[in-house]
Amino acid sequence: MNERIQRLRQESLNAVPRISIERARLVTEFYRENAGKHSTPVLRALAFMHLNRHKTITIGRDELVVGERGPAPKAVPTFPELTCHSAEDLRILDSRPMTRYRVDEEDVRTYEREVIPYWQGRSMRDRIFGRIPAAWKRAYESGLFTEFMEQRAPGHTALDGTIYRKGMLDFKQEIAERLADLDYLNDPAAADRAEQLKAMDIACDAAILFAERHADLAERMAADETSAARTAELHRIAAVCRRVPARAPRDLWEALQMYWFAHLCIITELNGWDAMTPGHLDQHLQPFYEKGIADGALTRDQAKELISCFWIKVNNHPAPPKVGVTAKESGTYNDFTNINLGGLTREGANGVSDVSYLILEVADELHLLQPQPSVHISLQTPDRFLKAAGRVIRKGYGYPSVFNTDETVMEMLRVGKSIEDAREGGCSGCIETGAFGKEAYVLTGYLNVPKVFELALNDGRDPLTGRPVGPETGDPRTFASFDELYAAFETQLEWVVDLKIRVNNQIERMYALNSPAPFLSVVIHDCIAKGRDYYDGGPRYNTNYIQCCGIGTVTDSLSAINTHVYQNRSVSMERLLKTLSDNFEGEETLRRALLNKTPFFGNDDDRADAIMQRVYASLFAAIDGQPNTKGSTYHLNMLSTTCHVYFGRMLGATPNGRLAGAPESDGTSPSHGADRNGPTAVIQSLAKMDQIKSGGTLLNMRFLPGMLQSEKDLEQLTHLIRTYFRMNGHHIQFNVVDTDTLRRAQAAPAEYRDLLVRVAGYSDYFVDLDRYHQEEIISRTAQSK
Amino acid sequence: MTSRLAGGSLKTNALVPAANNGSLPGTIFSIIRFSTHDGPGIRTTVFMKGCPLACWWCHNPENWQHLPSELYRVERCIGCGRCIAGCPSGALSAGPQGISTDPGRCGHCGRCADACPAEARERTSRRVDAADLVRSISRDAPFYDQSGGGVTFSGGEPLAQPDFLLDALQRCGELEIHRVVDTSGYAESGTVLAVARHTDLFLYDLKLIDPQQHSIHTGVDNARILSNLRMLSESGAAIVVRIPLIPGVNDDAESITRAGEFIAGLPRSHAVDLLPFHRAADAKYAKLGLGYRGGSLAPPSPGCVAEAARRLSDFGLIVGIGG
Repeated sequence: MNERIQRLRQESLNAVPRISIERARLVTEFYRENAGKHSTPVLRALAFMHLNRHKTITIGRDELVVGERGPAPKAVPTFPELTCHSAEDLRILDSRPMTRYRVDEEDVRTYEREVIPYWQGRSMRDRIFGRIPAAWKRAYESGLFTEFMEQRAPGHTALDGTIYRKGMLDFKQEIAERLADLDYLNDPAAADRAEQLKAMDIACDAAILFAERHADLAERMAADETSAARTAELHRIAAVCRRVPARAPRDLWEALQMYWFAHLCIITELNGWDAMTPGHLDQHLQPFYEKGIADGALTRDQAKELISCFWIKVNNHPAPPKVGVTAKESGTYNDFTNINLGGLTREGANGVSDVSYLILEVADELHLLQPQPSVHISLQTPDRFLKAAGRVIRKGYGYPSVFNTDETVMEMLRVGKSIEDAREGGCSGCIETGAFGKEAYVLTGYLNVPKVFELALNDGRDPLTGRPVGPETGDPRTFASFDELYAAFETQLEWVVDLKIRVNNQIERMYALNSPAPFLSVVIHDCIAKGRDYYDGGPRYNTNYIQCCGIGTVTDSLSAINTHVYQNRSVSMERLLKTLSDNFEGEETLRRALLNKTPFFGNDDDRADAIMQRVYASLFAAIDGQPNTKGSTYHLNMLSTTCHVYFGRMLGATPNGRLAGAPESDGTSPSHGADRNGPTAVIQSLAKMDQIKSGGTLLNMRFLPGMLQSEKDLEQLTHLIRTYFRMNGHHIQFNVVDTDTLRRAQAAPAEYRDLLVRVAGYSDYFVDLDRYHQEEIISRTAQSK
Repeated sequence: MTSRLAGGSLKTNALVPAANNGSLPGTIFSIIRFSTHDGPGIRTTVFMKGCPLACWWCHNPENWQHLPSELYRVERCIGCGRCIAGCPSGALSAGPQGISTDPGRCGHCGRCADACPAEARERTSRRVDAADLVRSISRDAPFYDQSGGGVTFSGGEPLAQPDFLLDALQRCGELEIHRVVDTSGYAESGTVLAVARHTDLFLYDLKLIDPQQHSIHTGVDNARILSNLRMLSESGAAIVVRIPLIPGVNDDAESITRAGEFIAGLPRSHAVDLLPFHRAADAKYAKLGLGYRGGSLAPPSPGCVAEAARRLSDFGLIVGIGG
């Protein structure tokens, strides 16, 4: 890390996340003046233009890659047209102890005066909640599922290599050709397509304007600059901003700035979930790097400095703050820019290059919260690369996470993607599979599978509130067999998935009609060709995911009932249900017996793993292939992020001995403390899940540092990963930190400010997590003696 | 790296009895999966019960045959009394220090451990059929394939159950699982040779060359240990000689030099691993209700380990530190 990077890194670490109301004011002012004058896509594009023309821009001291979403680093805008924070929301953001965002009281008052009155009843969130059925609200309030689209735009956007070959002017040319080709005689949608295409054209101009403003600013700054070196840099920055994004980049600097402008435009236009990621950044940059090195125009150190500048830029952009349930499910500054390294090229060759190692080095040295790298391992990936990743994993930042490229490709082929598009895809956000640059793969919300099972145990009632929520599936005390109980669970499951999808599909149409994303549509194939928006089926592939949480908890609970109620008959259903409703009060012996004398998932025990397979098959049957509104379908995904903690709080005691309110199992990991046969047994259990039929699974493993000290240890770690991947595992990630360290960090947070731990599909600063999440990390089984 | 197959807990993989065509039974303590320090690659280590030696620094005292067969962890005990009810010989009673066992009555049947819901009582021995054991070992075959690993029979002393060991080794051989035997070498020479035919690598413990010292610290004479090692070397078996480095026992210049001379004088050359004493076993002794002499012993300093390694290298030996 050179001096510039050290300084920029420190500034980024020191910057305090705060709310900027500038975007809200500009959007409100624009809508007051223009709503109703244009078609919706054109209105959105003009609003985007208005933002890019008027928002405050800044170029920081020593920066090489330029541009911020807000007026300053970590100044986070709001998106009132989607979710309008109330004055109270803003004050909570300012005062809450965790994941705090500073808000000036003056800004709150301005918000109350100018922003809130306009958006009340007009924001997407207000409109969505105005039309959803009562059954949905009951289910939502009981913690059966979450809804992603109620306050952030549907997301999951990752780019392919197109923007490194084409500039905005090239896209404008394509748009013009497509407009000229519209068939108003035979295509009833031609006029709609025309509006979409005009909006995309305006969005291209807006992106160019944004860059030109930075070029102008750099030149003005150069005129006042006293240092000759910095003056030269500012002139160079101006030249880069005049080149990109209007035209395709020619060197590494332009390539990074090209991506960064695209990134900023996408996260300014809307606040899509999981912000944005460049996808296979190493593959995209590699030709520019090689050319620069060959020409002598670039040194490795310069390349590293530029990539580091870009890395710090991403860290300057905390996630837009959420409210309510959504804040509980995902309380983090991380906006999930997951940078894929390695993998395969579009043509099927090994994707690892010098740049892959260089980026790993940057991630290791800077070890920032964002962005987070992941390594993608195929059979072709050299062991050297996996070991290099292992050396970073060993440091205990919680990244890189490790993905199985071959399995991910198979997932995509299963759902009909071309082999090339599948190889060019990967995993973004946490672990979600998608075809980069060609797909809208929208997360629609988490499903609380143990809660679904809890309904089956209570004849459709939520035992925490006593309210009827799901269908009446019968009193379990009358069930003669495990299969009868299981059938009740399946009925509840089908009901809840059906309910969720019905409402999702309505929300999806609301986004398509009211909140198109013209800029995003420019850079995702085939929106221009189809003349349709990203949210309206424009992309080549359109997938909806429902993320299923708690398969470990539900498997173990079913296994406990099967073992103790139906097989050994050591406890009656009557007594078990009473005990659960009393949260095991006075029944500690029974609780221990359930915990310790039940076959649990994660031990390579076929008795439990067969139940997991059955649950997984039921989830697949309920979700996979259900229609979305874009002519495509829903798929299953096994991600929990931090939602297993929120869902656990909404769940009573469970038959696996888990107390009421405790977290559920995360992702596809075993329940906390359930796996007692070591990492190979965990992996064997996980391998029994047909992961290719999912859109991603997540396995957390915690290692204590002592287990990864020697080179031999590192080698065994790579073998562990490779073996899991030979068995078609999707993903694995490691927390390498000991319990004592975590306890010390709880006691003295200030001294452990930089302690990164793996939370779910991402890492977070341990001291930024609330107590629940901290305890949850500590309770994850350490794979050690 | 913890993995317990023993203990009677349902939590572990049941060794499901099946048609085992003449498979022989044996007694084991536990099976550790993802073992990475008992031979090459990712391995499963089978700890066999019973050892003719009694080295006072032993890390696996639970495998001495003459000790009680159940561990008791008082800190996990919830005082539910199920063990007392489950004991067929009335050997257990509740007291101020948790549950106490009357050694005169305890028949070591392990039913108390089966009855315990809190994992406070754990079996330390378990009868298994070789065929079932090998079925369990083979579950991690994908890891062995990937890493060049396999199975390690350790203990206790695996050679103390020769028929069972041979049966298990042969069955592993049929499945092409790489086999390591970790032994003190204290066995009949015929047994050693028979086992060698079905073993891919020996980890052969060598504590002391001096017969008297050996007898003092381990309770047995070392003549057959040394002759078996010579015989194995002669036979062409792959061997890594492992020297546990115990301060005050064999870390002096003379002991190391004599070990070096002996190993260098074997018919074939073999690598040597130095295993510095560590105190990880303290807690085990407590759970077994035993005093531990090793508890007051400090591990050898890195300088001392390096010095021992240097002395051994002077004999032209390839020396590694740790397993």
